[in-house]
Amino acid sequence: MAHSPRTPGIVSNRLDSETLAANFTDLHPPLDRHEAHVAADRCYFCHDAPCMEACPTSIDIPLFIRQIATDTPLAAAKTILEQNILGGMCARVCPTETLCEEVCVRETAEGKPVLIGQLQRYATDAAMAHGPQPFKRAAPTGKQVAVVGAGPAGLSCAHRLAMHGHSVVIYEAREKPGGLNEYGIASYKTVEGFAQKEVDWLLGIGGIEILYDHKLGSDVTLEVLTDKYDAVFLGIGKAGVHGLEAFDLEGVRPAVDFIADLRQAEDLATLPVGRNVVVIGGGMTAVDAAVQAKALGAENVTIAYRRDRGAMPASTFEQDLAAARGVKLVFNANPVSVSGNGAVESVTFEYTTQEGGTLKGTGEEFTLSADQVFLAIGQALDGAPDALARDGSALAADATMQTSHPKVWAGGDCTTQGEDLTVTAVAQGRDAAEAIHLHLTA
Amino acid sequence: MADLTTNFLGITTPNPFWLASAPPTDKEYNVRRAFEAGWGGVVWKTLGEEGPPVVNVNGPRYGAMYGADRRLLALNNIELITDRPLQTNLEEIARVKADYPDRAIIVSIMVPCDERSWKAILPRVAETGADGIELNFGCPHGMSERGMGAAVGQVPEYIEMVTRWCKENYDKPVIVKLTPNITDIRYPARAAHNGGADAVSLINTVNSITSVNLDDFSPEPSIDGKGSHGGMCGPAVKPMALNMVAEIARDPECKGLPISGIGGVTTWRDAAEFMSLGAGNVQVCTAAMTYGFKVVQEMISGLSDWMDKKGYTDTSEIVGRAVPNVTDWQYLNLNYVSKAVIDQDLCIKCGRCYAACEDTSHQAILMKEGRVFEVDDSECVACNLCVNVCPVEDCITMERMAAGETDPRTGKVVSDEYANWTTHPNNPGACAAE
Ligand SMILES: Cc1cc2nc3c(=O)[nH]c(=O)nc-3n(C[C@H](O)[C@H](O)[C@H](O)COP(=O)(O)OP(=O)(O)OC[C@H]3O[C@@H](n4cnc5c(N)ncnc54)[C@H](O)[C@@H]3O)c2cc1C
Ligand SMILES: Cc1cc2nc3c(=O)[nH]c(=O)nc-3n(C[C@H](O)[C@H](O)[C@H](O)COP(=O)(O)O)c2cc1C
Ligand code: SF4
Ligand code: SF4
Ligand code: SF4
Repeated sequence: MAHSPRTPGIVSNRLDSETLAANFTDLHPPLDRHEAHVAADRCYFCHDAPCMEACPTSIDIPLFIRQIATDTPLAAAKTILEQNILGGMCARVCPTETLCEEVCVRETAEGKPVLIGQLQRYATDAAMAHGPQPFKRAAPTGKQVAVVGAGPAGLSCAHRLAMHGHSVVIYEAREKPGGLNEYGIASYKTVEGFAQKEVDWLLGIGGIEILYDHKLGSDVTLEVLTDKYDAVFLGIGKAGVHGLEAFDLEGVRPAVDFIADLRQAEDLATLPVGRNVVVIGGGMTAVDAAVQAKALGAENVTIAYRRDRGAMPASTFEQDLAAARGVKLVFNANPVSVSGNGAVESVTFEYTTQEGGTLKGTGEEFTLSADQVFLAIGQALDGAPDALARDGSALAADATMQTSHPKVWAGGDCTTQGEDLTVTAVAQGRDAAEAIHLHLTA
Repeated sequence: MADLTTNFLGITTPNPFWLASAPPTDKEYNVRRAFEAGWGGVVWKTLGEEGPPVVNVNGPRYGAMYGADRRLLALNNIELITDRPLQTNLEEIARVKADYPDRAIIVSIMVPCDERSWKAILPRVAETGADGIELNFGCPHGMSERGMGAAVGQVPEYIEMVTRWCKENYDKPVIVKLTPNITDIRYPARAAHNGGADAVSLINTVNSITSVNLDDFSPEPSIDGKGSHGGMCGPAVKPMALNMVAEIARDPECKGLPISGIGGVTTWRDAAEFMSLGAGNVQVCTAAMTYGFKVVQEMISGLSDWMDKKGYTDTSEIVGRAVPNVTDWQYLNLNYVSKAVIDQDLCIKCGRCYAACEDTSHQAILMKEGRVFEVDDSECVACNLCVNVCPVEDCITMERMAAGETDPRTGKVVSDEYANWTTHPNNPGACAAE
């Protein structure tokens, strides 16, 4: 049945399929050859380039851009993929405005960085269109490594281990690989099933077996893995979510669950969404949930963040994206309660001020109507073996990504190191693989 | 707005911007539109002798060299002289000249190297009322294989001989257009001067192969898998053209010989540079072929604004102003000592100056904590490479050391006296200035 953005409650079919398709197209359409060459021409080929230093995977950016400029995109792709096997996904999802592009000297010079992310996509798309991934497995070493989690960290680690000739078995709790690439990233950043295509392409190196529906903790234990394999890598991300105790009403759910449903929906029209949606949080997840709720046809979508704009973890680019897509941003609003008869009907907030380091309520409250509330106040480590030492809320690891267990390494969101980003997970998975390789060949 | 009216060889035009003999001036339709757009004059596309006209190739006749964003830096062509009947061209020239008495029309001519041929065509050109002729001794391809164009322009004796025939058989100004495809431009210029030429114009196009197709290994432009060298023009040839113009302007044997400057003129600034090196006016081809006739409007406003700023009221005041400053290397002041200075506020920290100096020059740029780039005066030889590779204008400048200061590189005190190689102690042939 057809509904409209103004239909009350949480319903599907708010928009027709054409509008939906338009709302969920590629955030940055790919550059064509001419556009890529114009963009590449702007790179100054900096010495000891600052962009390269800002990239968590240390891609040789000036070199790959020069390779694009000289019309050798496959060589460019190789330069990228040598450092970052998920260079295709990173090109789409990296918040470049806070990484490589932020420090580009052309950002300094004229406030317009070289389009590093889009150029990276140009090259990696060419490589994937060209054929198999360009790396060869070394002769088998006879060593076996277990990788837990087929997210960016696990895949990156597995690929690098396979390159070195080790054989890898991935234990993945879900029924599909990709981790948050498949279940979390906003769909307009990775259209047309790119996440799965990239995994298939990556696995083309050979020597990697994935066991789906195999969850560490319930289906297999760390002891079994450390016994059976020469080394173990954990890339289990943060599977848990933070909640708000007082918010237990129908219609209130974690933003990541909504996004996962959205990412797995065969037909977006069938996905129910509220008329008045309130998203609580201030990070990338909050923005993604809000923008996509709006794109599904919600009439009013508000992001409420408890601190001020400057403190918001979502970048200026993401804030502007949300605003441009019709999402309202409310700052200094601390959620106090939800009310409703069975299902949620409204959320009440208290205004806050920041005094010194602490956030204080002003006593002044306001209420937003809401038939759907998404909580995006952070993910948490869940299901990690108790035997491993913690560093705060996540797994402790040293500079080589080794955990407190001598045969176990970890990387990605499940560790404390680095920001929780796809590209960081890739870097840590790769570095852990190098450390494991050293360990196995020592 | 400064008045740009320019008198060249007694021909007065509203500005010094003429279109060079080439496709833009190949027919009445083009030339009328050029005049409407504001061009001061044209040199009509080169005419050949009476009879069946030359034929051009029927495949591509241009090749190109690009800079960033496909900006055309140079064009190369294998086109011949006009491929339209002589009579048609002459009738059109007469018509356009009658309608535009205040603009210059110069007729470019190339006929076989015998007096009879020149005697045959000159009266017919004179009848059109055109303001003068230009002898095309420059075309480097095709026509030169038939003993014309550059084949004449490369033999000073021929230049002198043909120029003399023209002066004897034609009353109005005779301009000799020179080819750059020689070793010393002064010889053909002197020959033209001796033959009585009213002016020389230069440069015509430079022999070139712009690129090779790496699939079928044919030079571009490729005609059925083969290519022939062409003539190159456009921004990339400007430095060569400027030098050649300056060489003639300061040659005592060519003293007083007017010059029409050609080669890569694209903006008002290029024109001002040519004129300061001795050109009385300029001719333009590639800029018009790249951007259309309208480009002249920027040239007009730019030159005139610059003249206003400098207080010049007549283009003749610009002509030759830089010539006294063109000298030989041996006379350059070796006591002029400068050092590169980086403006830290302008620096965007790209490190190009560092890479260039560290890898290929004198290791005189230091990369400090936080990507701060500084010049080490004790190593800097003032070569200017860092200035040239820095992407930010005026970020690195060359600052002269004052007399009395000690150059930390050489340990010598900077002198304010002029001293050059001719008197330098390291020069075996130095004549001590005693
Ligand atoms: C909504 C959202 C949007 C985001 N957008 C961006 C973005 O635009 N750009 C960006 O750079 N980053 C973004 N991120 C962050 C990014 O997705 C993560 O940093 C990245 O995916 C971390 O990779 P990972 O491999 O460590 O973990 P994950 O991607 O979480 O992968 C972990 C994998 O391990 C599996 N697993 C978990 N527990 C077990 C277990 N016990 N046994 C077996 N398998 C298990 C999971 O099923 C999963 O496949 C976003 C995150 C979210 C939630
Ligand atoms: C396609 C083409 C054809 C040309 N034909 C002639 C010609 O017939 N006669 C001539 O004297 N010069 C000819 N030239 C040379 C130009 O007049 C001019 O000398 C040269 O292009 C340099 O000027 P520019 O850099 O402004 O183009 C031709 C140039 C081009 C590009
Ligand atoms: S991986 Fe991400 S951070 Fe690194 S260069 Fe590519 S887009 Fe930039
Ligand atoms: S900082 Fe910008 S200009 Fe410099 S190498 Fe990186 S992308 Fe190129
Ligand atoms: S080349 Fe110029 S902008 Fe770049 S680091 Fe050197 S001085 Fe700075």
